[in-house]
Amino acid sequence: MIRVENLYKSFDNKTVLKNISVEFERGKTNLVIGRSGSGKTVLLKSIVGLFEVDRGNIYYDQRNFVKMKPKERKNLRKEMGMVFQGGALFDSLTVEQNVGFQLKLFTNKTKQEIAERVSFCLDRVKINKEFFKSFSSEISGGMQKRVAIARAIVLEPRYLFCDEPNSGLDPETSLVIDNLIHEITLDLNMTTIINTHDMNSVMSIGEKVFFIRDGKLQWEGTKDEIMKADDKHLQNFVFANNMYKKYR
Amino acid sequence: MDFFFHVGRYFSFLGRVFSKTERKKIFFRNVFQEIGTLGVNSVGLVIIMSIFMGAIITLQMVYNLTSPFLPVFLIGLGNRELLILEFSSTILSLLLAGKIGSNITSEIGSMRVTEQIDSLEIMGINSAEYLIFPKIIAILFIFPFLYILSVFFGLVGGLVVGTSFGAISPTDYINGLQHSFIPYHFSFSIIKMLFYGFLIATIPSYYGYYVKGGAFDIGKASMSAVVNTDILILVFDLILTQILFK
Repeated sequence: MIRVENLYKSFDNKTVLKNISVEFERGKTNLVIGRSGSGKTVLLKSIVGLFEVDRGNIYYDQRNFVKMKPKERKNLRKEMGMVFQGGALFDSLTVEQNVGFQLKLFTNKTKQEIAERVSFCLDRVKINKEFFKSFSSEISGGMQKRVAIARAIVLEPRYLFCDEPNSGLDPETSLVIDNLIHEITLDLNMTTIINTHDMNSVMSIGEKVFFIRDGKLQWEGTKDEIMKADDKHLQNFVFANNMYKKYR
Repeated sequence: MDFFFHVGRYFSFLGRVFSKTERKKIFFRNVFQEIGTLGVNSVGLVIIMSIFMGAIITLQMVYNLTSPFLPVFLIGLGNRELLILEFSSTILSLLLAGKIGSNITSEIGSMRVTEQIDSLEIMGINSAEYLIFPKIIAILFIFPFLYILSVFFGLVGGLVVGTSFGAISPTDYINGLQHSFIPYHFSFSIIKMLFYGFLIATIPSYYGYYVKGGAFDIGKASMSAVVNTDILILVFDLILTQILFK
């Protein structure tokens, strides 16, 4: 479980996050939705510590991340996995080297054990063996995202963060990625936070949904509740797509 | 104010670069990779540049110093001293700052804008130390060799052009090279190369590490990195010449 309390973050006197308090549950896919520029990515990057917060607390299962020393943070980060918007695969490494990177760095596994674990994770995200030796520039955007997921779960993290994992992908591939993240969350019983503005993702895997507007938490609920919500701003966001108007 | 901001952030960046290394095995592998990318790949450029530098210095010496009152060996001696003291160290470093510096800034800057650096941080890795420390070690290791190579090929370039243009005989040229040789001049330039190497490794890394935006910003950062490295090389040349030649 990750709990955020009264979080504030500003850049150059512009306050981006304003008093955000949320609780992300373990074993569920927690979706943070909102328009572009609403503060979703800043929230996610503040939670993982890529941005230092101005005020507020972030608890990882009772451990206050904000008050941790650098070494404690470093250790906690080994329990985190993150899938970035563009995949963020290391372009100088092959697919299998990307996935095995942390195993080589942080474990005492033998070459054989690393190869087995890498193969298992890449199989899990349905990457064919023929692509193991390819560089990230040689594979498609959807495959890059799947490799990024494999890399994020290689150390079996307790917390998984995904920043717009579907951006730039076609609807079919997006669905594959959504389902994959959902399955892995259940399998590993992780606390998963996904930033998205894709309503298809919300409707397929949104077990818990948080709507951010202008840096504030505007609404929270489940994917079933979102269709009946009265909040005007949420409605504008959800029913921007005609398909959902008809669905309603 | 902007100047002080960059100076402060540069030193705090160096603090992160020189913190404890993650895994020694991976560190040494990265150092060897960087020696190949930044050093060995520059050998061709160094050889071509040095041959031309030596050749041009020799021709200038011939055109300006040929006089019945001056001994002919001065041409070889002048070429040797200019190469050893300035051309194969400072001029070479100014040019390598362009090649290696822009390479470093664009590589690290691209990693920054594509979130690869954030990705390293999330894994609990000190990205500054992991990415930049091996580059510093590699450049400090390879620069003295590049200097020696440059001096050698500069002298050869002078010999080939000077003799083939009939400006000087090989014997006079070689006599000049051997005349009044001071080994300290060589050590002086090796020390300078280590300073220049450090600047070439760290300043472009700093600009790449803190780049924000996209391709246009990486281009701007590369340009700033090369310009500032070049200026600092000249400033250090002045300071080190004053200190080490007193």
